[in-house]
Amino acid sequence: MTTSEPLVLGIESSCDETGVGIVRGHTLLADALASSVDEHARFGGVVPEVASRAHLQALVPTLHRALDEAGVTLADIDAIAVTAGPGLAGALLVGVAGAKGLALATEKPIYGVNHLAAHVAVDTLEHGPLPEPAIALLVSGGHSSLLRVDDLTRGVTPLGATIDDAAGEAFDKVARLLGMPFPGGPPIDRAARDGDPLSITFPRGLTGPKDLVEHRFDFSFSGLKTAVARWVEARERSGEPVPVNDVAASFQDAVCDVLTRKAIDACRSQGIETLVIGGGVAANSRLKAMAAERAAQYGITVRVPRPKLCTDNGAMVAALGSHLVAAGTAPSKLDFAADSAMPLTLVGV
Amino acid sequence: MLVLVLDTATPAVTAALAEVRPSGHAVLAQRATVDGRAHGELLAPQIDALLAEAGVKPRDLAAVIAGVGPGPFTGLRVGLVTAASLTMALNIPAYGVCTLDALGLRTAGRALVATDARRREVYWAVYADGRPLTGPAVDKPADVAPRLAEYAVTAAVGEGAAKYADVFGLPAGEQLYPEPSALVELAAQRVRTGVPSEPLTPLYLRRPDAVEPSARKPALSASER
Ligand SMILES: [Zn+2]
Repeated sequence: MTTSEPLVLGIESSCDETGVGIVRGHTLLADALASSVDEHARFGGVVPEVASRAHLQALVPTLHRALDEAGVTLADIDAIAVTAGPGLAGALLVGVAGAKGLALATEKPIYGVNHLAAHVAVDTLEHGPLPEPAIALLVSGGHSSLLRVDDLTRGVTPLGATIDDAAGEAFDKVARLLGMPFPGGPPIDRAARDGDPLSITFPRGLTGPKDLVEHRFDFSFSGLKTAVARWVEARERSGEPVPVNDVAASFQDAVCDVLTRKAIDACRSQGIETLVIGGGVAANSRLKAMAAERAAQYGITVRVPRPKLCTDNGAMVAALGSHLVAAGTAPSKLDFAADSAMPLTLVGV
Repeated sequence: MLVLVLDTATPAVTAALAEVRPSGHAVLAQRATVDGRAHGELLAPQIDALLAEAGVKPRDLAAVIAGVGPGPFTGLRVGLVTAASLTMALNIPAYGVCTLDALGLRTAGRALVATDARRREVYWAVYADGRPLTGPAVDKPADVAPRLAEYAVTAAVGEGAAKYADVFGLPAGEQLYPEPSALVELAAQRVRTGVPSEPLTPLYLRRPDAVEPSARKPALSASER
């Protein structure tokens, strides 16, 4: 690490996590997080207004924690990065306006960045510079996308995305069906360890021969979710106990099978040897194991950051900001808008 | 002492630079753009332009005064999070003022202050010679109207008063949005005496829209059950 590398502070507020991260170059110095997840649990999903209120309360305390953790002051910071989109409009706006306030006060440049590109960039904090081109699989409660990354400072190319539910959403809904808490990823992962993934055959969305023509790199999890609901209900009606662990394992395998199959297909079809996986679902143990196993057969390297960096956080935003500063990218103007539907082709605004 | 004044509780995205003196205060420059959907885009550049115009550096500011609403949530939060991050970065105090109080400050006799709460409701309070007689509330104009007779209200200001003038049966004054000078006046003594920074808690007055999920819907069709 050299001190000539930019010191960048990143702010994330696109969903239910208020994150502030600080990086110097590719080195992570602080990753402070405040989550409103508990406030959403009883609603079975993130309530936008509840999230926005929590961001407003949490932003300044989280900034203080990050600065303390990194042992730096705002005066030391070279640039401020903030998630400009995509995400929940009201939630994004809290982070964006807060970041602009900091930029005004410190007279430092500000970068409004793409949340999804930040999920890719965060891996550099763990594994160093990303070989380009790379394929990125981003899976969370809010997104399920396959991307081609040629130059992270200039934009990424979307190859496919979910046509209905996000992968994480399917985990949440199936968890609820099985009486597990929100968010559903961790309890399903745990239950699945004691279940037989081959015991029930659940559908693999968009993997039929016709689908592979029109939707080769797209995902669909809505049918799978319904199939699990029907299976569980039929069991309940017949009066037999529901084998929760087997259902969890079979469902999880169906999701991971489709995700890894399509991600590896994307790598192979484009002759790309690096696969980065990010987003909250990347913390799933089965997804990581299955991806590693299948990638190894084709000499593809899989990079998955540690779970805390996979879920939404400020460090990922700082990492992308640092990347943009290093590349000499022009900062954003102070009038940029939070864009809840920010396209992937835009890395910054 | 130079202070920055912000209010984003109405469609008027308002920023001003003011000077608080040992006695009295003056607004040096102010900007307000009426656009209820663009607080996030407009506020920061307005502050930047105000400071540049006045040749003032952010570090010259001694405090930030912010309208804490009530007002539509998304816009309101833009002003409050901007004030919070600015004061944090500059290590200066923040002071909150109820936006309705700023609108009511210069009214005479019994006056209604009403702003637009959207959803066919108003944020409102009644003032007696500029001082609040009731706390801020959010209601349908038709439910506010009978209360006005109770309080013997004879005047009304604010965008909500203009929009529902026929329901209230009161001619609306010209003032639609809060004036920076009124916000400064309501916080000037706190600035002068250097009272500790206040948490800028928004006056939401409404709970978030959220419904707890109902019981599971059956996944099997009637014929399959
Ligand atoms: Zn995310």
